[in-house]
Amino acid sequence: MFHWLEERPFFFAVGVFLTIAFAGLIEILPSFVEASRPTVGTKPYSTLELAGRNVYIADSCNACHSQLIRPFKNETDRYGMYSLSGEYAYDRPFLWGSKRTGPDLHRVGNYRTTDWHENHMWDPISVVPGSIMPAYKHMFSKSADLETAYAEAVTVNKVFNAPYNTAITMRDGSSVTVKLPATYDEAKADMLTEAKIIANSMKNQDVKDAVEKGEIPQIVALIAYLNILK
Amino acid sequence: MGNNQHPLAYDYTVTRLFLYATILFGIIGMTIGVIIAFQLAFPELNYLFGEYGTFSRLRPIHTNGVAFGFTVSGIFATWYYVGQRVLKVSMAESPFLMVVGKLHFAVYILTILLAVVTLFAGITTSKEYAELEWPLDLLVVVFWVLWGVSIFGLIGIRRERTLYISIWYYIAAFLAVAMLFLFNNMEVPTALVSGHGSWYHSVSWYAGTNDALVQWWFGHNAVAFVFTTPIVAMIYYFLPKESGQTVYSYKLSLLSFWGLMFVYLWAGGHHLIYSTVPDWMQTMGSVFSIVLILPSWGSAINMLLTMKGEWNQLQSNPLIKFMVLGSTFYMLSTLEGPIQAIKSVNALAHFTDWIPGHVHDGTLGWVGFMIIAAIYHMTPRLFKRELYSKSLMETQFWLQTIGIVLYFSSMWIAGITQGMMWRATDEFGNLSYSFIDTVVVLHPYYTLRAVGGLLYLTGIFIWAYNIYKTISVGRKLEDKELNVNKSPMSAN
Repeated sequence: MFHWLEERPFFFAVGVFLTIAFAGLIEILPSFVEASRPTVGTKPYSTLELAGRNVYIADSCNACHSQLIRPFKNETDRYGMYSLSGEYAYDRPFLWGSKRTGPDLHRVGNYRTTDWHENHMWDPISVVPGSIMPAYKHMFSKSADLETAYAEAVTVNKVFNAPYNTAITMRDGSSVTVKLPATYDEAKADMLTEAKIIANSMKNQDVKDAVEKGEIPQIVALIAYLNILK
Repeated sequence: MGNNQHPLAYDYTVTRLFLYATILFGIIGMTIGVIIAFQLAFPELNYLFGEYGTFSRLRPIHTNGVAFGFTVSGIFATWYYVGQRVLKVSMAESPFLMVVGKLHFAVYILTILLAVVTLFAGITTSKEYAELEWPLDLLVVVFWVLWGVSIFGLIGIRRERTLYISIWYYIAAFLAVAMLFLFNNMEVPTALVSGHGSWYHSVSWYAGTNDALVQWWFGHNAVAFVFTTPIVAMIYYFLPKESGQTVYSYKLSLLSFWGLMFVYLWAGGHHLIYSTVPDWMQTMGSVFSIVLILPSWGSAINMLLTMKGEWNQLQSNPLIKFMVLGSTFYMLSTLEGPIQAIKSVNALAHFTDWIPGHVHDGTLGWVGFMIIAAIYHMTPRLFKRELYSKSLMETQFWLQTIGIVLYFSSMWIAGITQGMMWRATDEFGNLSYSFIDTVVVLHPYYTLRAVGGLLYLTGIFIWAYNIYKTISVGRKLEDKELNVNKSPMSAN
């Protein structure tokens, strides 16, 4: 049979394709039914958080930091509750990472604050002596791409039904609504309001001035994102 | 068309283009690799080029540069050489395939150059080895389809009816990468849906755990079908050619090929052990990773036994050295991988430097050595010149071998050290070390690894120099001098 195939490239190629496609059919298709339901208390990202998430991605923070706490005592001691599938329901793309050159960040919002991040991103060694992480000073001067973040929120809302403008029940029974305004201008105004709260807890004057002028530096968006990782 | 009186005049125009690309991207990709290795040991090096020089920006350029620059160019270069020869047909016989070949090269080179630029700019989807945004993904589809046209076009006009083993592996690489790439890069351009924001931005079609599942089904099998099958295609051609030996066993090559095809795709789950993907899938990933030793070692043993009775060539021919050690590293790597896929070992090894250590004994030892050997073998035949220096080849071989050993041994130690420290507790059950303790302790190993990488890179420069000198001043060869197995090489 094999020799027969080796003289017939078409059937050979079909045979190879069926063989390699088999595992995907068995393993991947069924799991798609199950895994994407959100856990109670998981809500979509606000546009400012999405802008920060895009900064995280642009600088490949995921090259050194995971967002996946494995169910071991040493990991839950170090980082908090182990990760659940439903917590990632609105993560497009997922940001689990594959290497911990630095610590896991899945619940970093529980134990780091805005001013800690500000100092750390400006000069990591000043906060963590011995750190090998580079400083990311350009994030303090470059503006976050707010319009693309808005575009992303609109897209996941339209195409994947991410529940914006919908009351979402939290774990304590309260309910929260993540706003997604109909126009970009309204969305930008909302982002600025959110950004001002963060900038108020920061000390960098250039950042404060930029937010006053209606610009949001990347660092502010990034901190907004890191703070909701809980 | 066929003229049976004279040997076919193969046309290597496209092969030569891809050969230059292989060397160029080898230098770029590995230089960046060495820079980022030194950055981990000496973080001040992060500030050489402002925001464009940090480890995190450079790392995807390194991985893409060596995988899709160096390795894929090498695959294409050898395809346009091996394809013609084992199918017994010349590119010159089909003006259409010639145009396809040149276009293939043009689109490919454009894509990779744009990839480098966009990654420097921080335009990335964040998915490992699938970082390129959708416009570039479309270009990848174009050059991949062009490669497919070349493969099946050349097969369509072949004179040799039976497909040689190497062709099986090229076909498999083509089909599998096409399937994996398409599914993993399903993304929605946000500007098209919303009318706002940057035009090249997109969001993944899959969310969270599903996204991870598809990504590592892709990521792991990109390793299979970029770093394994096409490289096996190369060794099945170049080792028997260079040594003058016939392949040890046809049955073993059958078993290894179909075994590899069936088993490899299941093993992706081993990247997600103890994650939130279903437990049964993680176990399947472990089990199939172990089974994967069989077809992997099947190919490697088949190659090593091809040298049966001719082991003296290992002493006299540096090309045989590269290929035999390449096979051996393939065996090491395909044993190490399954060990790391066992759940208890994975609990320790995952997220540590043992993983890049594992990747690099495969890529430097197996992929790198095989491509280096293939280019050395092809160069005299492409340019009708004698290889410039055998002693430089020997020097390169030993420098790079020492480099690889330094690389993987330092990363084994680093990985296991870090994994043990993360889980260490004192007598009261509290964690013994803060995270930064586990970083500081790695400094000597990071330094050693960078030195190992530097040795390997030095070898790459020697290789480039040797090829350059061969093409420019190597002794010119008559056709009959090329009609030999051992590549013609100058004794000095």
